[in-house]
Amino acid sequence: MDLQANLAEILEAGTAAANAAQTPADIEDVRVEFMGKKGRLTEQLKSLGKLSPEERPKAGQLINQVKHELQELLNERRDALKDAELNARLEAERIDVTLAGRLSQYGGVHPVTRTIQRIEDYFGQLGFAVKEGPEVEDDFHNFDALNIPAQHPARADHDTFYFTPQTMLRTQTSGVQIRTMEVEKPPLRIISPGRVYRNDYDQTHTPMFHQVEGLMVDKNVSFTELKGILHDFLHHFFEEDLDIRFRPSYFPFTEPSAEVDVRRKDGKWLEVLGCGMVHPNVLKAVGIDPEEYTGFAFGMGVERLTMIRYGVNDLRAFFENDLRFLKQFS
Amino acid sequence: MKFSEQWLREWVSPELSTEALAEQLSMAGLEVDGVEPVAGEFNGVVVGQVVACEQHPNADKLRVTKVDIGAEEHLDIVCGAANCRTGIKVAVATVGAVLPGDFKIKKSKLRGEPSHGMLCSASELELSDDHDGIMELPADAPVGEDFRRWLGLNDHALDIDLTPNRADCLGVKGLAREVGVLNQLDVREPKIEAVAAVCDEQRAIHLDAPEGCPRYLGRVIRNIDVSVASPLWLQERLRRSGIRSIDAVVDVTNYVLLELGHPMHGFDLNAIDGDVHVRWAKDKEEITLLDGQTVTLQDDILLIADEKKALAMAGIFGGEGSGVTDTTKHIFLESAFFAPDAIMGKARRFGLHTDASHRYERGVDPELQATAMERATALILDICGGEAGPVIEACSPAHLPKPAHITLRASRLARLLGITVPAQDVENMLTRLGFAVTKSAEGWDVVVPTYRFDIAIEEDLIEEVARVYGYNNIPTEAPQAALRMQRTEESNVSLRVFKHILMAQGYQEAITYSFVDPKHQAQLYPDLEALTLPHPISVDMSSMRLGLWPGLLVAAGYNQKRQQPNVRLFESGLRFVPDSDAENGIRQEPMLAGVITGSVQGEHWSDGTRAVDFYDVKGHVERLLGATGVDSEYRFEVQTHSALHPGQSAAIYRGEQQVGFVGALHPQFEKTFGIKGRAFVFELALNVIRAREIPLAGPVSRYPSIRRDIAIVVDEQVLAGNILESIRKIGANQLVDLNLFDVYTGANLPENKKSLAIALTLQAVDRTLEDQEVNDIMHTVVQELKNEFNAVLRDS
Repeated sequence: MDLQANLAEILEAGTAAANAAQTPADIEDVRVEFMGKKGRLTEQLKSLGKLSPEERPKAGQLINQVKHELQELLNERRDALKDAELNARLEAERIDVTLAGRLSQYGGVHPVTRTIQRIEDYFGQLGFAVKEGPEVEDDFHNFDALNIPAQHPARADHDTFYFTPQTMLRTQTSGVQIRTMEVEKPPLRIISPGRVYRNDYDQTHTPMFHQVEGLMVDKNVSFTELKGILHDFLHHFFEEDLDIRFRPSYFPFTEPSAEVDVRRKDGKWLEVLGCGMVHPNVLKAVGIDPEEYTGFAFGMGVERLTMIRYGVNDLRAFFENDLRFLKQFS
Repeated sequence: MKFSEQWLREWVSPELSTEALAEQLSMAGLEVDGVEPVAGEFNGVVVGQVVACEQHPNADKLRVTKVDIGAEEHLDIVCGAANCRTGIKVAVATVGAVLPGDFKIKKSKLRGEPSHGMLCSASELELSDDHDGIMELPADAPVGEDFRRWLGLNDHALDIDLTPNRADCLGVKGLAREVGVLNQLDVREPKIEAVAAVCDEQRAIHLDAPEGCPRYLGRVIRNIDVSVASPLWLQERLRRSGIRSIDAVVDVTNYVLLELGHPMHGFDLNAIDGDVHVRWAKDKEEITLLDGQTVTLQDDILLIADEKKALAMAGIFGGEGSGVTDTTKHIFLESAFFAPDAIMGKARRFGLHTDASHRYERGVDPELQATAMERATALILDICGGEAGPVIEACSPAHLPKPAHITLRASRLARLLGITVPAQDVENMLTRLGFAVTKSAEGWDVVVPTYRFDIAIEEDLIEEVARVYGYNNIPTEAPQAALRMQRTEESNVSLRVFKHILMAQGYQEAITYSFVDPKHQAQLYPDLEALTLPHPISVDMSSMRLGLWPGLLVAAGYNQKRQQPNVRLFESGLRFVPDSDAENGIRQEPMLAGVITGSVQGEHWSDGTRAVDFYDVKGHVERLLGATGVDSEYRFEVQTHSALHPGQSAAIYRGEQQVGFVGALHPQFEKTFGIKGRAFVFELALNVIRAREIPLAGPVSRYPSIRRDIAIVVDEQVLAGNILESIRKIGANQLVDLNLFDVYTGANLPENKKSLAIALTLQAVDRTLEDQEVNDIMHTVVQELKNEFNAVLRDS
């Protein structure tokens, strides 16, 4: 048999073997069979020595050509089999990605806290420090120092929960103003969120609710600035350019005093906070000279703001702690 | 306070719609709470007279009438009212009339008799709730006149919610003054003239307590006829202010109250023995009030008395037996000024609140008594006839309030408001409000009118100027202040961080009331006495919480009852522990607490679920303490708590300081809170756990670590925590990790024994640990555990 016929037969056999291979390992077997140390092509190369020097280059070239051809074929086949094997594995590992993940449920803060945190953040940007105070309060901090002497009709409006004539649950967070000014001197910028209590329980009142008190005392604080900061706050809080109005009102601890209303979508005005310029008697009660310093104070009802912001209709829902209600704020 | 818009407009009538007027009042600080029409919406109702009234032939309760409405023919109208009778004047809804509720009047037949209209009751016209028969109009009502026009029913009642400082606006007079100022209009006051005495009967008046009552006017009116009803116009004015007509004398005093804002009182002259005294009550003196209740007084209650007995609680409430009744012939009329200090808080002390006390405690004009007296006298004489005696005035000028003199500086005005109001405007506003204003070098010298009890200092005047100027006309400006950073302490963990950690564990934040059910507290904290509210909303909201668990457990039960078995709730807030060393006798400590029930994070398709247990909640606590960076300083000690399962309860300590508790709710309380299955709770003192270590970086070892596992067998009672503590001491610096990774009891082990598998990871900072070193450490550990806990190595 001449070389050419031999090579043709080897190539055919190699091609058949490569095509028959089912795994990359089979391919390796084929490679060894034809191109290994004792492989059929290797044998052919070894037999080159028997040829004349004139024939050798030509024959070598032929053998190498077949070897190269077969190698290419094997590589191709191996890649195809590897791909197939990978594809088979990937197919076997297919899962239902629409099934729920194994992540644990995340909880959430109470909507009242959510509002308080937003208020703290807005005023925090302007350098207002957060202060807290006791909830069982004495009449000095809750009333006297706020210019509400005993027997003042404003005291009757407070529906106070008294423990003794001198101690009570605080009816407003304003007492924290006093406690702060007792120990810190102006300039002052504080807000004070917290629970307050009134002896009243019906559709629109709960005996406990939350207020955020704010106070700024400095050399030249004015009513225009009070209006400015509250306009700014309400626009940011509601993220809306809503109508706001300042209405004269009365609080014993501010003079002038105002209530602030925002216009609801139905066109009705709704009171959202009370404010005013700090009454000179309040400054005097804590040893600050009202001729040197002026200030403004404001107080807002957190539940009211939360109800408007998030469309809560029933005040009492805030304290039932129904998970189906709370989870809406997660 | 409710009042008729028409009435106000008699005094001053700006060209404003009702809505605009209401808005203007609100924006001046006199908040209008409501605007209501004074009658229902109807038309086609005229004044008529019943000229014939006979029994209906076919119906017992109906009458067949003929009614004159000024037309050529009388109307046939069937009427069912018992008070229908010949001669009375009535309100007739004619055919075609539309009554409130879109009720159309048509020609009809009632049981065979024709009926061409309807005789109306007050409730059918929405004038009052009174549906006791048809309205009977006064004899002088003009037949044929349109009923609405005749009674002036196109009117509104404005309901004003006055702040406590504005006593001066508790009458039409004061409101008219405000409206005049706001619209720069002059006010037309009705002319009130003195009524000359026609008899000389009088009572001497003694001001025995001039500090409480510096001025008292009294007048006798003889021979009045109290059986005469008040005229309809007066009744209407009262009605539109929400006041019912009682009798002529009471109606007149109420009218003066509404018109001038001045309370008055009428006594039956025959009930007064001798002179009238205004004096302080004697301690424990008793008086029976008009409502029949007898109260025991203190010596700071001001009384109107005669020589023998108390007649009335001055400025608050009349006494029984001294008031005007239907047999009264002669009256003694009181018009007095009582000092606000003498009245403030007194009505409340007796659970009373009257129109008089409301005004006197806020301040009634001390110069208005004579005017009120003359106004009332003239009206009473008009209605009831009678002969007026002279007005007797007792006055202690020294005790009358002195008009305040205030300097208003232009500079202060501008500084506080942030704007400059033209001087001319300031003077104009204050003058119209009744202030006497004189220009001075700095600004103005201002004398406050006697009716403004709320104006005492410069800022009060500034508010008046701002209010009239219009708050909404004052611009907004960003506050100016020096930029100063706030001090924030890195060594304090913010409450928000703790909340986020709990949220990441699936907790929802709860807010529960600070007052809880005393029964719950008595069960959970039997050794502590809670602070109690003497006047709570209800008994189950009367006990100040000693911890956060009562509220959270109620909330857990509430949710479980609503198909929410898996509860994870936390709360932060104060607990209230009585402590005589603390401010106001109560320690108010911020706590962080939580409760979990049900199963672990619901049910997952991949691995099912299991019920939560102690180690879940303990893990949550450990996660919280991890935020402090010093969690290794905290330890859990076996310690019982009255609220907790005695075998599943641990106290948490940092050093010697107890920080809180974690454990299973004692099973006997599960029913108390309606909890199904087990509940696990924790509570931590926020002030302690907020302390955080600021990190101090150390070297990271470049040398390999070596892990060695041991399994030891010990008695079941031996605490794992103690074993680990012991190993830590031996391992010292080279023990970089210690993990107890298996606990086994059961087969292959003797009874009451358990096997613990523990992994020690050892590493040195400066070198690779030699095998021998590691072996030595392990040997020491095993020896120590044997000595201390009688531990033996398993499988060795």
